[in-house]
Amino acid sequence: MSTFLNLLVYGLADGAILALAALGFVLIYKATGVINFAQGEFLLVGAYMFYTAFVVLRLPLVLAVVFGVVVATLLGVVIERLILRPMVGESAISIIMVTIGLSMLLQALVQMFYGTSPKSQPALLPRQSVSFLGATVPLNRLLVIGIAAVVLTAFTVFFRWSRHGIAMRAVADDQQAAMTMGISVRRIFAMAWALAAVSALVAGVLLGDISAVDRNLASFGLLVFPVVILGGLDSVPGTIVGGLTMGLLSQYVSGYLDPGLATVIPYVVLVLILLVRPYGIFGETRIERV
Amino acid sequence: MTTRAALSPEAAPAASGGALLALNNVEVIYDDVILVLRGLSLAVPEGKIVALLGSNGAGKSTTLKAVSGLLPSERGEVTDGSVTFQGQDVTRMDAAERVKLGMSLCMEGRHVFEHLTVGENLVAGAYTQKNSASDLDLVYSFFPKLGDMRNRVAGYLSGGEQQMLAIGRALMARPKLLMLDEPSLGLAPLLVQEIFGYIKRLNEEQGLTVLVIEQNARRALEVADHGYIMEQGRIVLEGPAKELSENPDVKEFYLGLGEEGGRKSYRDVKHYKRRKRWL
Repeated sequence: MSTFLNLLVYGLADGAILALAALGFVLIYKATGVINFAQGEFLLVGAYMFYTAFVVLRLPLVLAVVFGVVVATLLGVVIERLILRPMVGESAISIIMVTIGLSMLLQALVQMFYGTSPKSQPALLPRQSVSFLGATVPLNRLLVIGIAAVVLTAFTVFFRWSRHGIAMRAVADDQQAAMTMGISVRRIFAMAWALAAVSALVAGVLLGDISAVDRNLASFGLLVFPVVILGGLDSVPGTIVGGLTMGLLSQYVSGYLDPGLATVIPYVVLVLILLVRPYGIFGETRIERV
Repeated sequence: MTTRAALSPEAAPAASGGALLALNNVEVIYDDVILVLRGLSLAVPEGKIVALLGSNGAGKSTTLKAVSGLLPSERGEVTDGSVTFQGQDVTRMDAAERVKLGMSLCMEGRHVFEHLTVGENLVAGAYTQKNSASDLDLVYSFFPKLGDMRNRVAGYLSGGEQQMLAIGRALMARPKLLMLDEPSLGLAPLLVQEIFGYIKRLNEEQGLTVLVIEQNARRALEVADHGYIMEQGRIVLEGPAKELSENPDVKEFYLGLGEEGGRKSYRDVKHYKRRKRWL
């Protein structure tokens, strides 16, 4: 029972981070129609930006977070402006190639400036364990779940009720109609990329704290693909369900069956979902009136 | 312009100076080669309903897109002439800026945000406005049906309801000029009447200036003060709506009320129109 609870907490923590990373991916896809293969690298860059502010520049925690958010926002806006906007109207495959290129570029830049060895960063979240329903679980994982929940809720509230959130959904729905409302599609695209970079930053920092700040952050980011395929490419709630499912699945497979299998299982699910329900659990279906 | 036949001298709306919206010899080219508007001029006086009529492909929708700044997104461009709104040249202005000035377009085919609720559609319409709570109440009181369905997903509304929503959404931007592209498209005759009733009421009660494109020429001329007839990218005829609906050519070609034994074949019609220098 205690193993079960332990794996539950680990799985939910991984899943919460995955949900954050996938949220950015879905935002970009929904608003701009771009499949962003560089989402994993956004986690990597986010974590290293925070490391730079917190460890290298020795800024206080709050300022380091602000620094990270500002840099991530700029990164998102600049990438949209310089790389994706000239690609508007090009074929989907060209845009995919561009984002793959972007992912390599970002990885190379991080290696160029920070080297390949893991960075040591003081623990942000307390490392002790707490007993929880008879099991001993690490406190930092519980906090990760809590922080991710708060950030995801904030994003959900933004999309549901804020003027800009509704405008983003309007653009995702019908760009030309949105333009007739005076909504600047370019600004919404930039906003989508900026928000994606910020949510990836949060995911990257949390992940860096519970594992390590190194290159593997990007490969964890690759897991957003099974997550978004499961949840639906264009569904925000889908990222949460998909993320938690993948997190729990990997942890339970790793704990009860085989750790090696755990790294494969998300992709097995990905293939199965594509066979059975290609638009995912919550993917938008076209509305047909009868 | 030699080709324009004003029905009576006083019929032409005051020169572009006094009009809310004026197009002066506007030329539009798509994809650098396709000439769609060939020096089109028209004026929409403040507080009036103006109807722009014409057959398919005459360039009516392009005219509205040129006015609302949507051409760049379709590889179109105003290559000559100018569009002025309240005396200000807006020919090359960004679409969003024009909405802020008070020009709202209701696109052909309604284009509601299908996955958003009715309420969210209206909020999206008020994007350029700082405070829109009172506008929301106004739209709901004007279209009580929308108020009842504010939490329904717009994609599941009927065609008539979607058209009301599209108009309500355009009103949320507090327009001075409302442009409607075929509001009757795909609607049952009773609903068409209802929609035009709303348009008339908006004009009379709110003093809204309206520029409406229609295939349903009769209905449009019933509510409009002034009408323009377009053929192949130019205005060929204009006048007060009443006079236009009495005009024998308009009756024959646009209202389907030809005299017995009138021109039946397309060839004769084309020949006749050529002779009148419409084509």
